[in-house]
Amino acid sequence: MNRLDIHKTYKLYLGGKFPRTESGRYYPVHDSSGNLLANMCLASRKDFRNAVVLARKAQPAWKRVTALNKGQILYRIAEMLEARKAQFITELSAHGLSQQSAKKEVEAAIDSLVYYAGWSDKYQQLFSTVNPVSSSHFNFSVVEPVGVVAIKAPETPGLLGLVSMLAPAVVGGNTVIILASEQQPLTAISFAEVLHSSDVPGGVVNILTGKEQELISHMATHMDVNALVYCGSDKTVRQSISELSSDNLKRTIFYNQDHWDKAQGESPYIIEATQELKTTWHPTKAS
Amino acid sequence: MSATENNPFNASWTYDKAPESTDHIQLKEQYELFIDGAFVKPLKGKYFETINPSNNQTIASVAEASSEDVDKAVHAARAAFDSWSTLSGRERGKYIYRIARLIQERAREFAVIESMDGGKPIRESRDIDVPLAANHFFYYAGWADKLAYAFPNKTPKPLGVAGQIIPWNFPLLMAAWKLAPALATGNTVVLKPAETTPLTALKLAEIIQESGLPKGVVNILTGAGATGAAIVQHPEVDKIAFTGSTAVGKYIQKTIAGTPKKLTLELGGKGANIIFEDAAIDQAVEGIVNAIFFNQGHVCCAGSRLFVQESVASTVIQKLKERMEHLIVGDPLDKNTDIGAINSTKQLETIKDYVEKGLKEGGEIYQPVCDLPKKGNWCRPTLFLNVSQSHTIVQEEIFGPVLTVQTFRTIDEVIDKANNTPYGLSAGVWTQHGAKIFHLTQQLNAGVVWANTFNKFDPTAPFGGYKESGFGREGGLQGLRPYLKFN
Repeated sequence: MNRLDIHKTYKLYLGGKFPRTESGRYYPVHDSSGNLLANMCLASRKDFRNAVVLARKAQPAWKRVTALNKGQILYRIAEMLEARKAQFITELSAHGLSQQSAKKEVEAAIDSLVYYAGWSDKYQQLFSTVNPVSSSHFNFSVVEPVGVVAIKAPETPGLLGLVSMLAPAVVGGNTVIILASEQQPLTAISFAEVLHSSDVPGGVVNILTGKEQELISHMATHMDVNALVYCGSDKTVRQSISELSSDNLKRTIFYNQDHWDKAQGESPYIIEATQELKTTWHPTKAS
Repeated sequence: MSATENNPFNASWTYDKAPESTDHIQLKEQYELFIDGAFVKPLKGKYFETINPSNNQTIASVAEASSEDVDKAVHAARAAFDSWSTLSGRERGKYIYRIARLIQERAREFAVIESMDGGKPIRESRDIDVPLAANHFFYYAGWADKLAYAFPNKTPKPLGVAGQIIPWNFPLLMAAWKLAPALATGNTVVLKPAETTPLTALKLAEIIQESGLPKGVVNILTGAGATGAAIVQHPEVDKIAFTGSTAVGKYIQKTIAGTPKKLTLELGGKGANIIFEDAAIDQAVEGIVNAIFFNQGHVCCAGSRLFVQESVASTVIQKLKERMEHLIVGDPLDKNTDIGAINSTKQLETIKDYVEKGLKEGGEIYQPVCDLPKKGNWCRPTLFLNVSQSHTIVQEEIFGPVLTVQTFRTIDEVIDKANNTPYGLSAGVWTQHGAKIFHLTQQLNAGVVWANTFNKFDPTAPFGGYKESGFGREGGLQGLRPYLKFN
C-alpha cells in the first residue's frame, strides 16, 4: 500500500516556540522544477518587534551563562545537526544544490559551530586587557555582549550563511533575531528545531522568514536593537541601513555576500564585532 | 582691642588670591590655519574671536576655515600619507615621542592658555589636562613599531586621512586622544578644535612644526560647525573621529552612510554615581563632588545622576551640602579655585534652562551661598533633590555643575535605575565590599566604571561608550583599532 508523505509546515521560531506569522501571510518556495516546496511564513514588522521583545528578555540570563556552558551548548547544537545531517542535505538539495555541495555545506556548518564552541571561553582572553594605569587602581577592560543583535543572513549559502552569522553573535552572549535567506529558507526553520533540542534557552535565537526588502528598514530603525549585521553587497541597502541606524546609534556591521566562502569567514574578530568593551577601575588601596 | 581681634582663630578664614601668572605665555593677536606644515591665512579671509569666559574679553582672533581650506588640508594630508604610512614604525614613534616631550617642556604655558581660553581651573589644566595629553603621546609613540603584536593573526594597515573633530571641554587632551593613535598607526590627520577653545590646539600646531613632523601629516583647522561638516563630507577623508554631542554624532553617522568612511563617536552621557551604605562616606562625598563639579560639569562622563542608598541618604546629602559650601567658584587662573567659568555664554544659557526646567517640574534646588565674579560666565554648584527618573534633568545631559539626587533600597533597584537611560558612557560605585563592586560593575551598561573613584583617566585605559554614548574606544591597545584596517 502506498503511503502518503507528511509535509512539514514551516513556521517561525520566536522565544523558543514555533508560531505562525501573526500576519497570516505566506510566500511559496519552489524547487528548481517549479514544484511547491513549502509555504513559508512571510514575517511582518510586528513579528520582528515581538522577536525583539523576546530577545531582550532573554539577554541578561544568556549573558550570565558561563563561558564553559555556552561552549557546551554550541557544541550540542553541532551534535544535533550532525545527527540530522541527512535531513539538511535533502532540504538543501530541494533548493537545487547537488548532493555533494549540500553535504559539503552541512558539514561546514557543523564544523563552524564546533569552531565557535571552542572560542566560547577564549575570545575574552584575546580581546580583554589589564591596563597599567599610573594610579593605585587595578584597571582592566573586558569585552561584553552588545545586547540584542538583528541579523540579515546572506541569500546563499542558506544554511552555512545563517549558522556563520548566528554562532559568533550567540557565543558572544548576545541574543539575536535573524532573517533567513528568502530563497533558501527551509534549513533555517529546520535549524530552529536543532536549536530547540540543544539546550539553547528560548529567545536567545529568533528566526524569521520573509522578505529583506520589507523588513530591513524596521530592523535598522528599531530603538531596542543594539547592532545590525547585514550580509549583502547592495550599496543602496547598506546606505539606507546606516542612515536609519543612526536613530539610536546602532552598531552596523557589514559583510559581503561571499564572505563565508573565504578564509576570513570564521574568525574571533567576527565575535568581537558584536562586543562592547568595558573598562573598570578597581581600587587597590583600602581607605 | 577686643579679645576677638586678638584671637586669630576667631577671625574670618578665607583664602588669599593665588593667581597663576600669565607673564610667560606667548599669545599672538591673530592665529592662522595650520596646513601642510605652515601657518596660512584662510582662503576667504574670515576670522572669529576667541573669548576668555571668565571675563568675556577677546584673547585672539582665529582663522575660520572654509570648505576650500578643508579641501586644501585634506589634499596635504593625502599627499603626506604615502611616505608617512611607509615610514618605519620606529621612526614614526620617535616623532611622537618628540611631541610628548615638547608638551612637557611647555606644560605651564599650555595649562595657563587652556584655563584662559576654556575657563577651567588652573589646578585641573596643570595637573590633569596637560600631563595626560603629554602622556597620551608618550604611550602611543611606543605602539608605532609594535602594531603587529596588537592584533593576532592580522596585518594591520592605516586607513588614510583621518578627519578629527574635538570638543571644547578638554581641548588639548582631546587633541592628544585623537592625534596620538592616528599618528602611531600611520594615518595623516585633519583636526578641528572647537570654536570656543582653539588656542591650545594651535599652540600644539607650533609644537608639531618644531618637532619636524613631515609637513601635511597633521593639519589643524579652526572653525565652527560648517568647517566640521566640510571635513565630514569630504570624499577623500577615510575616517571620522568625533567627540561631542549625541545629536551631532547621529547626524555624522547619517551623513557618511553609504560611503567607505570609518567612524568612531564619543558622545554624551548621564553617568550614574552609586553610593552604598557601606561606603566610606567622607571619601564618597569627595567623589560625588569630583564626579559632577570637575571641569564645571563639562564632562561627557560626569557622574550627573547620584543614587544614594536610603539608609545613608540624609547623612550623605547633609555632608555634600556642607562640602559644597566650601567650593570656591571664580577665577580659573587662581590656584585655589574649584569651579571655574562656564565655557561660553551659550552653554550658560543651556544650563540655566535646565535649572529652570528642574524647578518647574518640581525639583528641590540647593545652591551654596557664594560670591561670583561680576564679569564672565558663572554657575553655582547645584543639587536637585526630590526628582525621579521621569524628570527632564534626570534624563538629559546638562553638561554643567548640576547634580540630581535619587535614593534606592536594593542593589537590583539601583542597577535598573542606573541602566535606564539611552546613554552608557560611565558609572561609579562606592562601597567597601570588593565583591559588591564587581557585582555592580559587571551589570552596569557603561563603557567605563569607576569603583571608589570617579573621572580618572589614563592613556593605557580604553575609554568610550555603550548605546547612544557612541562607539569605538580611545586609549589603550583597543584605541589603535579605529585607525586600522585588516587585509
